[in-house]
Amino acid sequence: MHALANPARFLRIARPATTWLLLVGLVLAIAGMAAGLVFTPPDYLQGDTVRIMYIHVPSAWLGMAGWAGIAAASVSQLVWRHPLAAVAGRAVAPAGATFAAICLITGSIWGRPTWGTWWEWDGRLTSMLVLFFLYLGYIALGSAERERGGEGRITAIYGLVGAINLPIIHYSVLWWRTLHQGESIGLTRSTIDNSILWPLPLTMIGFTCLFIAAALMRMRAELAEAKVEARMRRMGAQ
Amino acid sequence: MNPWPFVVAAYAVAVGLTGALLLWAFASMRRAEAAADALKRK
Repeated sequence: MHALANPARFLRIARPATTWLLLVGLVLAIAGMAAGLVFTPPDYLQGDTVRIMYIHVPSAWLGMAGWAGIAAASVSQLVWRHPLAAVAGRAVAPAGATFAAICLITGSIWGRPTWGTWWEWDGRLTSMLVLFFLYLGYIALGSAERERGGEGRITAIYGLVGAINLPIIHYSVLWWRTLHQGESIGLTRSTIDNSILWPLPLTMIGFTCLFIAAALMRMRAELAEAKVEARMRRMGAQ
Repeated sequence: MNPWPFVVAAYAVAVGLTGALLLWAFASMRRAEAAADALKRK
């Protein structure tokens, strides 16, 4: 992390990484979605609606991972004053908000034929909606603080406090009686048959690569904008 | 209930929003880096 504290060194790595992540991400995500739509059998209970899982699960993971990244960037900024931490937090937020929104919308679309309702105020759905609103607040706060020329400390504290919602989302299906199903995929085991499960790693890795590529592109944009602003200030002072 | 309209709608939302995110991030990066390069050449 500290090796990347120099923006010039970061850009030397980020430029080729963006291209590769975009390419690998597009190939894997398209392959995984095609396989999930065409090559897997329907579930014996859910039928063809189970195919929504190949996009819903990666978006749920990325919505939560995005905020974990924001929390890590906040710690890095508040404790070590890493010069790129605030930029990284602000760059991750739009991607995290997008995937949290995809998770909520695809979950709602899956809920209608499966549960008979578009929405239910249960623990998992509500805590995920809270995460989406937290992202919107983070984006607004981050851009307001940046416009004022602040260091982004208030945004970083907000990012840390918001991380309390992550264990709530994860354990919501255990803590409360809920319409949302319990954990079906863990680190070491899965209750889903392999004939249905196998395209999921493709979309998980593919969308993760696209998420990181989007965040890197936003970081590069913010660094270039900061360079322009600094140059304009110097020119104005002369 | 035919599940396919729901499946297609879910995939369209995922592809559409991911595509929009990537295009916006790419366009803002290109615009900002082009402005920085133009200022450097001045």
